[in-house]
Amino acid sequence: MRRTDSLQGSIDLLVLKILSRRPHLHGYAIMNAIEEISGEVLQVEEGSLYPALHRIEEAGWIKAQWVTKDTGRRARTYEITAAGRKQLSTEESRWRAVTDAIGRVLRMA
Amino acid sequence: MSIWSRFANIFRGDRVNRELDEEMQSHIDEAIANGRDPDEARRTFGSTLRAREYSRDVKLPVWFDALRADILFGWRQLVKNKVTAGAAVLSLGLAIGACTSAFRLIDAVLLRPLPVNDPERLYFLTYQMTDGHSKPDTGDSFEYPLFRELRDVAKDQAALMAISYSGKIDLTYGSDLDMEKAYRQYVSGSVFPVLGITPAAGRLLSPNDDVKPGAHPYAVISYDYWTRRFGRDPKVMGRKFRAGNDSIEIVGVSREGFTGTETGTMTDIFMPTMMNSKAISNSNWSWFRIWLRLMPGTRPEQVREKLSAAITHFRREAVKTWPPGAPKERLEQYVNAPLSLEGAAAGVSGMQKDYRRSLVILGVVVALVLLIACANVANLMTAQAASRSREMALRVSIGAGQFRLLQLVLVESALLALAASVFGSLFAWWSAPLVVRMINPPDNPARLLLPADWRVLAFSVTLAILVTALFGIAPAVRASTVKPMSALKGGDDPHARRRLMHGLIAAQVAFCFIVHFIAGLFVATFDRLSSQPTGFAVDRVLTLETVARGEQPVAYWEQIIQKLKTVKGVDSAAVCSWALMSGNGWRSNIWITADTPQTDNPYFLAVSSGWLDTMRIPLLGGRDFVTNDIYPEVAIVNEAFAKRYFDGQNPVGKSFATETDKKRVRTQIIGYAHDARYQNMREPIRPTVYVPFNSITDKGGLRNKDWGTIVVRTAGENPSSLASILRQEVPSTRSEFRVSNIRTQKELVQQHTIRERLLAMLSLFFAIVALVLAAIGLYGVMTYSVLQRQREIGIRMALGAQARDVASRVMTQVFGMLLLGASLGLVGGVASERYIQSLLYGVKTTDLTMLALPALTIFTAALVAALPPVLHAVRIDPAVTLRAE
Repeated sequence: MRRTDSLQGSIDLLVLKILSRRPHLHGYAIMNAIEEISGEVLQVEEGSLYPALHRIEEAGWIKAQWVTKDTGRRARTYEITAAGRKQLSTEESRWRAVTDAIGRVLRMA
Repeated sequence: MSIWSRFANIFRGDRVNRELDEEMQSHIDEAIANGRDPDEARRTFGSTLRAREYSRDVKLPVWFDALRADILFGWRQLVKNKVTAGAAVLSLGLAIGACTSAFRLIDAVLLRPLPVNDPERLYFLTYQMTDGHSKPDTGDSFEYPLFRELRDVAKDQAALMAISYSGKIDLTYGSDLDMEKAYRQYVSGSVFPVLGITPAAGRLLSPNDDVKPGAHPYAVISYDYWTRRFGRDPKVMGRKFRAGNDSIEIVGVSREGFTGTETGTMTDIFMPTMMNSKAISNSNWSWFRIWLRLMPGTRPEQVREKLSAAITHFRREAVKTWPPGAPKERLEQYVNAPLSLEGAAAGVSGMQKDYRRSLVILGVVVALVLLIACANVANLMTAQAASRSREMALRVSIGAGQFRLLQLVLVESALLALAASVFGSLFAWWSAPLVVRMINPPDNPARLLLPADWRVLAFSVTLAILVTALFGIAPAVRASTVKPMSALKGGDDPHARRRLMHGLIAAQVAFCFIVHFIAGLFVATFDRLSSQPTGFAVDRVLTLETVARGEQPVAYWEQIIQKLKTVKGVDSAAVCSWALMSGNGWRSNIWITADTPQTDNPYFLAVSSGWLDTMRIPLLGGRDFVTNDIYPEVAIVNEAFAKRYFDGQNPVGKSFATETDKKRVRTQIIGYAHDARYQNMREPIRPTVYVPFNSITDKGGLRNKDWGTIVVRTAGENPSSLASILRQEVPSTRSEFRVSNIRTQKELVQQHTIRERLLAMLSLFFAIVALVLAAIGLYGVMTYSVLQRQREIGIRMALGAQARDVASRVMTQVFGMLLLGASLGLVGGVASERYIQSLLYGVKTTDLTMLALPALTIFTAALVAALPPVLHAVRIDPAVTLRAE
């Protein structure tokens, strides 16, 4: 039923990383932050961002909160949880291991 | 978010949806505010529905959400078909309730382990023997000297315990006027420690309380008795009661839940075996069962061999002291009686022996009724699935998986089963104690613990699941494998469904036949048994078991009889040792001419003058006793006696020899009476000797008596109305006497048909239920098949078919099924013969009427059930039907 997304692994990592630096961001801000910091190289689509956010929230790594903005509309903001920080460090080291490995292969081959 | 919040989300699905939408909207607003083109911003989300679906799936457990939807949908389906669903729940509930009820009874009587340590290592001893009429039987009563020996022989492999039969005794905590009844068991000293029973208060009996005959006047009472009689008064310890001539002190209360070892009787008082002091050294007095707990690692067979050898050795010595003249083969049989160890985990009682088979058969009957009900519901579900086949096809077309459809239909079945289970539990809760109350011999009604605990719960739940599977799976599988193409076209095999339904009808008829057959047998048995002649007038007779303090001269007994005769409403009165058919018996050797005794011992009964008249047993010749007649000088015999020993000649004036105090004495026959029933309803009336109530001692004087039964014939229809007056009249005439128990003769007679009445009533009830269910089932299937074939019938009629043709076309198939079912049932019924025969009386499973009756009933019911749909079929108007298509 659910299509696997090749970017899925990295999207979790990016979202967690961003939220670990800047708490209380809503979806749009997270999307913008990823694009900005990566120098527009990484583009996150709305269609995969929100499912990812909800999935990560479901896993208990981030938690959500409704805040009312100046415009009077409500926005859903996210912050990282303790479990999320732990997950972030595992993900980070795994990512490093993978990229290192890929780098070695690229150098040697 | 926890798993709980996910489950919680199921029930606020709307809110979840709203929040998802709101979050997306806020994102879009943000994008637009940052200068994105509104349309493009919206487009980036793709299908909002899909995004929502995806996020929603994350937020709720999908399968559970689906289940919730199915339950809701199933519920709506049931509510929509209120009548059919109600009928299904009612019939299924009744059947489930009956099954649960039967289980509760079977569990309470036969299965539930005693509340003791390791009940599965408990056994009791039984041996094969022949009863007084040379019929094989099993015995389980032993004599104390033998027990002592066996206990020592087996002490390394098993702990042996003597536990007496639970008997009702008279006891008083005050004066003689306050006599009351309680159930008492004698137990050997090791019983409480070996069974691991703990005291609820005070102390229990130990081996030290069971050493010297008559020296341990202590008793332990059960928790139940403590509660009922004393309101759990802790001061009961140390209280004394008097039973017979002993004054006994209560020393403790056994723990809650332990009510003795006899299932069906709750023992109130436990006393050391040594307190039955006269029996301790008597080798001819069998009065208890031997229980044993095997040591861990011991095989029952090892112990059995050892004990068997010891018993043979002991008995071989014992028979040497017997008076000579006993037939040799009978002695050998006694000495070498095959011994066996039987499991006693669920207790041991006469009730188990009497009711084991009946309960199992009732269990089978209710199971069959349950199957009939299941078949009904299965047919109902199939018919409903048929009308929903287009809906199913539609569901498949828009992507529903097979499993989802299976779940959809099964959930509906489970809902039905659940509702039926709830109804059934209520029914069982009400009906099981009702059945126990019907097992009520006068003075000794069955008392059973019927807790609604996890065992009953587990049974009900298992039953509900089983039932759901039974009636739900076939229709569910059928519905889930629907092929949309063919279903939407109208089905490629419209007959398949009907075949399933017809098969179920055949099964229903077969089960119904068996139930009816069994019910017929039981009703006939009860009818024949209770209409057996007793030979005496049963109505208007009251029996007063009377006891005296110390042995009293027979003249005093006579004085009481004379006084009772003057009471208003009393026609006549007399005294005898015990009432006819009260369960007591006395049999003795007789010699007609030769030196060897007759092989079959006649019954003896001591009666006073006027007893025959009071019981309305006519004299055929000779005379009744007079006050001066004395045992063993004269006797009155019955017809069976004359037939057996004097070729049916009038035996008055003849004589035979009997034995009293090991002396052979000649007895003159002075009277010849009509046959009267002495023991039970099943056996033929046996040779009986009536002897005078007055008897002679070795010294030649009249023997004094401390007990007897006074029988009183009343003028009024209801003898019980005199009970309380007579109860007072006895001690007021002579204060040494008191009435210990009053029962009507009718109760005494009816107690012999209690089991048969129970079986007849319950099986008849279930036969009616089965018939109604099967008829409803048949009606439903016929109606469905006529509806389904409406078009076909319409065409046939348009082409000129007559009503007769249509009717026969509609009916042949179904009645074929009926025939098939009935013949299967017949085979099943006849096959049940071996198991059921011992419960029957005067009927055989091969009786033609017994087989014809259920067949007739079922076919009549089938005709009645089939009539409306057949009438509907022949009234089909081709023009209307065909236009409707």
